[in-house]
Amino acid sequence: MTRLLDVKDLTVDFRQDGQTVHAVRGVSFHVDEGETVALVGESGSGKSVSALSTVQLLGDSAKVGGSIQYRSDQMVGASEAKLQKVRGNDISFIFQEPMTSLNPLHTIEKQLGESIELHQGLRGAKVRARIIELLNQVGIRDPEDRLTSYPHQLSGGQRQRVMIAMALANGPELLIADEPTTALDVTIQAQILDLLADLKRDLKMSLLFITHDLTIVRKIADRVCVMKDGEIVETGPTAEIFANPQHPYTRMLLEAESVGLPDPVREGAPVVAEAQNLKIWFPIQAGLLRRTVGYVKAVNDASFQIRAGETVGVVGESGSGKTTLALAMMRLISSEGRIVFLGKDIQGFRDRQMRPLRSDMQIVFQDPYGSLSPRMTVEQIIAEGLTIHGTAAGKNPREMVADIMREVGLDPALMDRYPHEFSGGQRQRIAIARAMILRPKLVVLDEPTSALDMTVQVQIVDLLRDLQRRHQLAYLFISHDLKVVRALSHKVMVMKRGDVVETGAAEAVFERPETDYTRELMAAAFE
Amino acid sequence: MANTTEASMQALPARKRRLSLSPLNQRRWTNFKRNRRAYWSLWIFLTLFVLSLFAEFLANDKPILVSYRGELRMPIFNFYSEQAFGGDFPTEAEYKDIEVKCLIETGGLEDCFFEPEDLIAAANAGTLEAEGFEKGWLLWPPIPYSYNTIVDIPGVAPSAPDENNWLGTDDTKRDVVARVIHGFRLSILFTIIVTSVASVIGIIAGAVQGYFGGWVDLTFQRLLEIWGSTPSIYVIIILFAILGRSFWLLVFLTILFGWPALVGLVRAEFLRARNLEYVRAAKALGVRDRTIMFRHMLPNAMVATVTMLPFIITGTIATLASLDFLGFGLPSSAPSLGEMTLQAKQNLQAPWLGFTAFFTFAIMLSLLVFIFEGVRDAFDPRKTFS
Repeated sequence: MTRLLDVKDLTVDFRQDGQTVHAVRGVSFHVDEGETVALVGESGSGKSVSALSTVQLLGDSAKVGGSIQYRSDQMVGASEAKLQKVRGNDISFIFQEPMTSLNPLHTIEKQLGESIELHQGLRGAKVRARIIELLNQVGIRDPEDRLTSYPHQLSGGQRQRVMIAMALANGPELLIADEPTTALDVTIQAQILDLLADLKRDLKMSLLFITHDLTIVRKIADRVCVMKDGEIVETGPTAEIFANPQHPYTRMLLEAESVGLPDPVREGAPVVAEAQNLKIWFPIQAGLLRRTVGYVKAVNDASFQIRAGETVGVVGESGSGKTTLALAMMRLISSEGRIVFLGKDIQGFRDRQMRPLRSDMQIVFQDPYGSLSPRMTVEQIIAEGLTIHGTAAGKNPREMVADIMREVGLDPALMDRYPHEFSGGQRQRIAIARAMILRPKLVVLDEPTSALDMTVQVQIVDLLRDLQRRHQLAYLFISHDLKVVRALSHKVMVMKRGDVVETGAAEAVFERPETDYTRELMAAAFE
Repeated sequence: MANTTEASMQALPARKRRLSLSPLNQRRWTNFKRNRRAYWSLWIFLTLFVLSLFAEFLANDKPILVSYRGELRMPIFNFYSEQAFGGDFPTEAEYKDIEVKCLIETGGLEDCFFEPEDLIAAANAGTLEAEGFEKGWLLWPPIPYSYNTIVDIPGVAPSAPDENNWLGTDDTKRDVVARVIHGFRLSILFTIIVTSVASVIGIIAGAVQGYFGGWVDLTFQRLLEIWGSTPSIYVIIILFAILGRSFWLLVFLTILFGWPALVGLVRAEFLRARNLEYVRAAKALGVRDRTIMFRHMLPNAMVATVTMLPFIITGTIATLASLDFLGFGLPSSAPSLGEMTLQAKQNLQAPWLGFTAFFTFAIMLSLLVFIFEGVRDAFDPRKTFS
């Protein structure tokens, strides 16, 4: 087989404010014709930077060293004109975020046509024919009708398909896919991966696949390069790596799967929270007089009960109303239906009435970067609840913060630092500490692990389980990641477009799913 | 990031807060210092401003210190009649008059009213022998004119620069240097007062609108539109005509029409921030609205505010100057740079007026722009978090 891309001793340094960060240090790998190579690693391991440097897409602050050979051409230090010819023509890219990679103001036809006209010199009807051919290829139904659509009129999966069509437009030899499925729902993920595999085979392309998700690698890659801290620690054929990992880091990655089950709920545990026929409809207003012409049914008739020490898992794809449900339970948005918390019907409570109850119900958000105020120290963040609800007798806030930090596995010496000085996992621990310091009865966990690396996810799941066991906490656990849900939940609620499609004991739902939708979710997640 | 600060953090286990700058502000200060132009502009500006705060000691028609019969007197702060120096009038002593000067230096001799020059010469030479003589002295500021002192020299006004009036005099024979020093102080103080009060009002108004949104926002926006389209200059002219011109009335009116400048910006920042997760998290904790607004959201809106401040500050200086230039500003006796510009326009034969006004404005505004350029860069989060 001919060698398509050959990277030798690649180094990338970023220089900023006199400091040099070595993002990639001495990486060597190659991609042969018709081969799929996966670069795997956790965030910050330098996998994206390595890929972007192949056609010098890194910007001025980066210094690239070593050698990148594309066929017979040297890419390091190549002229801008030469790079331009290779980019998008011979080597194409697909990025993670399909919404921001498409221009929201242009139609699909215009975005696809631009690059075809530029690189292939086609005009008029020929361009249109080529676009329809491409859209057919990436599996968009009725491509003729889709030509005049704008990106926001497409779903996430469709947008990613359009992105792939754009990448394929000029018949590239090498397609570099940078986490192309991370922002998508599990069922869509599977479809996109199948599509990529098909296209690769049909068009005889090579694929350089960048991901943090080992399940994807197993499905799609011929060879794997495991990256850590800017270096490749292990490389080899996929089957071999999965069967017989040599490097301890690879082994750690492979073992990083949330396993185990939660402790059973105690006999006669009291009901902490209950929702009956919970309904959240957002009115759609139109016309001059803002008359309500319809409703967005974010949550439709949800009923459930959480007992102390019990976890109710809520699963569903994006847009299914999971987060809306959580915010309504916390009385952070208005809703209809009965919400009973600690025996009180809190639906319709005013802010003043809610305030004393707030210490018993807490929430942990998905994004550990967005949920911590960037201008407050960790101590101020964690202790904020104490300033409202008071401290425990005989303790000052600083001691209590130190205690809770130890409990969630943080060093109390770090309490005067700012959130940006912590890693994602540590930040999520801070968010958990903020919720736990008030000793709540109910904690709503809104995708607390999905923004984190696999190895960190496992730690957070362990921590949550441990806290539940010790304090008999009731969790409302929201996630699209079924593995994590399985490791934590006693009961599971499956949601689809605001409707609860299936609910029951976790075991039953996971082992014997009743609806097609649930079966589809399970298949995408566990196979 | 965590590793680089590890060592320094462990060296300071019990960091004193409040007293020392937070690490974020320390980084900002370092960033600011790295911009040499801004850093030096700050020092030059501070020096000029602090000097101008003591304008009475720099340019005044009264001596700073007088020794009369062994007693030290400070005419800048206290009223002394001519009688207090052995003269005839109960009015304030005219320290510039040769007779008063003689009275002070000789200890109040009657003869000062007849032959003051001779007495002063004799007193200074140490040859004076008269009953009741006691040697006294006067310490004058470097510029012996205040901003409203009419200089007593022959010739037409405005008079050209000479060794007494370094930048000449204006059309009512007042010393230009003295007016520049006092005018600079007045401009800066006016700007500081107006900018800080207007900003506080603007930030609060913007914060309330952005945080609550909905009807509050809608109503406020419409009110602001009406308020913004009020022709402020006519209101100022009318109110000055009714209430008379004064510094504080002008301050009040400028604030009245100046506060909406920041509202839009702060409102937009708050609208953006109110759905961020850390604000939601604070709400879930049961934190009060007021606390969320000013503890969680305002610090993040500050960067945008600081970026706007230089425009507001230079704008306020320009407002004062243009009102004075048009003749609708401060009373005509007040030391105003705008009025000097007007005089320069009316007296093109006296170019020292024009040059002085131009360079004063140019230097003052350039320094401020340079400083705030540095401040803005120092607050730039990309530089801060790099």
